[in-house]
Amino acid sequence: MSFASKSPWLIHYDGSSCNGCDIEVLACLTPVYDVERFGVINTGNPKHADIFLITGGINKQNEEVVKQIYDQMPSPKVVVAVGACACNGGIFKECYNIMGGVDKVLPVDIYVSGCAARPEAIIDGVVKAVALLDEKSKSISQGR
Amino acid sequence: MIKIVSTVLYLVFAPVFGGLLAGVDRKITARMQGRKGPPILQPFYDIFKLFSKEAIVVDHLQNLFVIGYLVFIIFTGCLFFYGGDLLLAFFAITLAEIFLIMCASSANSAYSSMGSQRELLQMMAYEPMILIVAIGFYIATGSFSVGEIITSQTSAIATTPGIFLGYLYILTIKFRKSPFDLSTSHHAHQEMVKGLTVELSGRTLGITELAHWYENTFLIGIIAIFIINATWWSWIVALAVCALAYFMEILIDNTYARVKWKVLLNSSWIVAFGLGILNLLALYYIK
Ligand code: SF4
Repeated sequence: MSFASKSPWLIHYDGSSCNGCDIEVLACLTPVYDVERFGVINTGNPKHADIFLITGGINKQNEEVVKQIYDQMPSPKVVVAVGACACNGGIFKECYNIMGGVDKVLPVDIYVSGCAARPEAIIDGVVKAVALLDEKSKSISQGR
Repeated sequence: MIKIVSTVLYLVFAPVFGGLLAGVDRKITARMQGRKGPPILQPFYDIFKLFSKEAIVVDHLQNLFVIGYLVFIIFTGCLFFYGGDLLLAFFAITLAEIFLIMCASSANSAYSSMGSQRELLQMMAYEPMILIVAIGFYIATGSFSVGEIITSQTSAIATTPGIFLGYLYILTIKFRKSPFDLSTSHHAHQEMVKGLTVELSGRTLGITELAHWYENTFLIGIIAIFIINATWWSWIVALAVCALAYFMEILIDNTYARVKWKVLLNSSWIVAFGLGILNLLALYYIK
C-alpha cells in the first residue's frame, strides 16, 4: 500500500506570476478551503515536498531556480502548473522575457487552468496530482 | 519482571502513542483555528510516506547522527520506563540532542546551521531547569530512581509544586511549540523553513520524527511521575494532569507568537531560578 497519496506535502514557487494565482494558492490553506484536511502541508522546502506547485510563466531568471528546486525534490514527485501563465505563458506570453509555460523546462504533470485559477480548481489539481503520486510510487517500488 | 514488561511496552507503543498524540494535536489545533483539520492518523500516513521516499543525503555523516539521535532517545525512554536512574536519563537525552545538532550542522546549509545554533540556545535555556527537576525529585523522595519515586508515600508534587510549574514551562521548548519553537517548528514555513530538519529528507526525516514521538512519550512520563505515588488512584490523576498539561501546550501554541531568543533565555532562567531554586531551598528547609 502506498501512503504517498495520503500525505502530499507541497512546495509553492512563484515564477513570474502577477500574484493573482499565488493569493488563490494561499487561499486554499485558509479555514474556508483547508487543504490540510487532505493531509496537505505547504512545506516551503523542496527536500520535504512531493508536489511542486508553480504559478506564473518561466523567464530567463527563474529558469535555473525552477530546475534547481525540481532536482532537490526526492522522488516520487509531481509538478502542477497553476494558472494560465504557468500553463502556457498566459497574458505575458508575448513578452520579450517570457519563455512560456512551465513545461518549457520541467515535465509538467497536471495543468490547472484559469486566470486566476480558482481555489476549487487548485484543490482539484492537487487531488489529481495525489493520484498520480500514488501511481509513480507504485511504479518505483515495482522497478526495485 | 514488571520492569521488563513496561520497557517492552514503551519500545513498542511509544511510537503509537506519540503518533496519536501528534494527530490529536493537529486536529485540536485545526479546530482552534476554525479548520476541519487532517485525520487523527495523519502523522502515521506522513511517516510511512517518508520511509517510502527517496532519501537525498547531503552528507553521509548525517545518517549516523540521525541514528545516534534515535538510539539515545530510545535509551532514555527505556531507562525511564525500566524505573532506572532519572539523572542518567536526562544526561542521555542531552546526548541525543547533541546528535541532532551535529546532524543539522553537518549539512553545511545556512538554514540548518542556524537551526542548530538556535537549538543550542534552547538547550542552554532548558538545561538548568531539567537539572533542578532531577535534584527536586531526589530531595522530595530520597531517590533518583524512577521505580522508587513512583512508589513513595506522598506524590512528589506535594513538596515540589514550583519545580513542576518550571518543568511545564520548559516543556514548551522541548515540545517545539510556539512561542519557543525557535530552532524548528511543527508548522511549516517559518523564517528559516524547517530549521534543524531542513536538509533531512525521506527516511532520515522519518527517523527524526519517530525519535520525536519517543521523546514526547518520555517527557509526558516525567509529568506523570510528579503525581504518581503508592496508591492506585494517583495513576488516574496523573493521566488527567498529563492530558490537561498537553492541552494547555496546544492552547499556548495557538495563542502566542514566537519570541526572540533573549526573551526565551531570560524567561526560562528566571523561571528556573524563581520557581525551581526557591522550591529547592524550601525543600531543604522543611526536610
Ligand atoms: S494566470 Fe492570471 S492571475 Fe494567474 S499569474 Fe497569470 S495573470 Fe496572474
